[in-house]
Amino acid sequence: MSAHAHGPAEALKALVRRQYFWGIVAIALLLLVNLVKDPGYLAVSIGSSGNLVGNVIDILRAAAPVILIAVGMCLVVATGGIDLSVGSVMVVAGAVSMEFLSGAPDTPGSGLAALGLVVVVSAALGAVNGVLVSVVGLQPFISTLVIMLAGRGLAKVITGGQNTAATNETFRWIANGYVLGLPVVFLLALLLAVAMGLLVRRSALGLMLEAIGMDPKAARLAGVNRRALLFTVYILGGVLAGFAGVFATASVMTVDVSRTGYQLELDAILAVVIGGTSLAGGKFNITGAVVGAILIATLDKTVVFLGVSSSATPAFKAVVIVVLCLLQSERVRRAFRQRRAAAARTPEREALAA
Amino acid sequence: MSTLTQAPAEPTGVRALAKRLSLHLDTLPTAAAVVIFIGMIVYGEAAYGRIVQFNTLSNLLINNAHLIILTVGLTFVILTGGIDLSVGAVIAFSSVAGVMLMNAGWNPWIAMLVMVLIGTAFGAASGILIQYFHVQPFIATLAMMFLGRGLASILSTVPERLADDSPVRELGTQIKVYDGPKVNDIAITPGVIIAAVVVLAAFFVLHRTRTGRTVYAIGGSEQSAQLMGLPVAATKMWVYIISGTLAGLAAVVYTARLGSAQNITGIGWELDAIAAAVIGGTLLTGGAGFVLGSVVGALVLGLMNVLITRDGSIPPEATTIITGGILLVFVLLQRAVLARRRE
Repeated sequence: MSAHAHGPAEALKALVRRQYFWGIVAIALLLLVNLVKDPGYLAVSIGSSGNLVGNVIDILRAAAPVILIAVGMCLVVATGGIDLSVGSVMVVAGAVSMEFLSGAPDTPGSGLAALGLVVVVSAALGAVNGVLVSVVGLQPFISTLVIMLAGRGLAKVITGGQNTAATNETFRWIANGYVLGLPVVFLLALLLAVAMGLLVRRSALGLMLEAIGMDPKAARLAGVNRRALLFTVYILGGVLAGFAGVFATASVMTVDVSRTGYQLELDAILAVVIGGTSLAGGKFNITGAVVGAILIATLDKTVVFLGVSSSATPAFKAVVIVVLCLLQSERVRRAFRQRRAAAARTPEREALAA
Repeated sequence: MSTLTQAPAEPTGVRALAKRLSLHLDTLPTAAAVVIFIGMIVYGEAAYGRIVQFNTLSNLLINNAHLIILTVGLTFVILTGGIDLSVGAVIAFSSVAGVMLMNAGWNPWIAMLVMVLIGTAFGAASGILIQYFHVQPFIATLAMMFLGRGLASILSTVPERLADDSPVRELGTQIKVYDGPKVNDIAITPGVIIAAVVVLAAFFVLHRTRTGRTVYAIGGSEQSAQLMGLPVAATKMWVYIISGTLAGLAAVVYTARLGSAQNITGIGWELDAIAAAVIGGTLLTGGAGFVLGSVVGALVLGLMNVLITRDGSIPPEATTIITGGILLVFVLLQRAVLARRRE
């Protein structure tokens, strides 16, 4: 940020220039549509146990897993890679935890043990991606595609093809509980997102990731440890996806081996792109990814609320991705710049030509 | 680097042999695939029996005709250094749309043409995104993959059955070429013939035409190809259009054999096709590979499925894990060969 925001007007202007501002606008528009259908849509009441209840709270709860995988995806994309395996890591995490809990006593201890197991397994899957990308030098989409397809097979092998169910109060509390009136899942997701944001933006880590994404060779010459960073990023992406898998399965305490996390890589990529992260790598915006994730959750809930067939949403999301990719492409940007320059008749063009 | 300081020695004896071998290092992965294929047949025959006989081998071709067609298309794309992740989803959309059109009373042949053209349209869309908007190939085709899967789900989420008297089914009916004892016949389907024609045409285009040489040149170095004045832009468009069209054709062949279509058809087939091409010796970075090698790769995967079914102790869910593992092993093998050649 070269321009420092001084007054509220400048701050607003800076906000409008951010790409995720349009994500916020889209969320507001979707909520408005719902409000037109049902004037009481935005109402948040206090439930019987002192918790906030309402459609908005439901949206926040649904956004939690998407926020986690979007943040992980955001960091991977910043390095110029992609992680197609997030959905499958989610289902493996769900399968592992449910399979473990179905044979364990219903105590907080076994809940924590299951969480630990999830962290280990999802970190291992992330590490496989990391090794393949950083040490072997395989293209990220190939290695994560392998994990994406093999992961779902692995989940089916773990549960024996069944949709395993289990009971555990700790897990149920994580998914359905409240702290300060807000859903635990959302607070946890936000906490992890903020922690990741601080970690990469308050240190040089974020810059180094962007350097790798911009020009790997230049980054290497500048002394950036590409291998270790890529390895770390894919492990982080795996662990975040593992938590997302726990969130997604714990709300119903059942893992559906063919549906849990299915095509969620689409949501993660969409959230990241909406947030202003370029899929070509080299820059990222975690706040934007969180906004994008909330937008996707709002969209999903709106589609259900309006009674539109939800089978149309994946195609619609894909179209949005294509359009955003086009907007990010150099050709379209140049066309926009030329039009703006021609309209303003600024001396900018002469300066460029000189 | 060391060759600059070394006096060039006359290659004699062992060194000449080594040099000749190193010139053909490209063919090493393909040769490995052939060896593995033969090894799998021998192992299968020894362990389970009834592998080396006419009907098993005919069925291998019949059941994998669609995969062979897909792999040929992907070979074109991978040779240019690109990738097409959308093929599985294109098959889902194309086959569901085709069967629904036929059930709605369309002429089956026109519906089949539409199925192929759907593939062409997807390929063209990917090509435009990649060539004219410089979107990375995997992102453009990934978006097309989500789009195809999404459109297929809009059309239907339940299996759509072909009518029993549909002429499309004729493409999947077996024709006995040689009537052996009991069920041990040599049989082919029109689908297999289509696959064979596709393979021959692709072989001719890649190895005997300018377009084919341009495909290899782009994979070697796109910049050099451009500087040499080769039609890079048009050729890159063509490879994605070819890949999409062949995915549409594969949808026709698969639907004809199965007699039904569903929106979840073809999940993971992009990985199968990529793995088949890579096993057959096509470099993932582009520039080197053979169509016939890809056919061997597809047959290796098909035979693997047969062996897994015969074995019975490996859960079928593990197939994708094994396919992924094989793909990784072959990629590592390629990198070793490349590193060897650079020395």
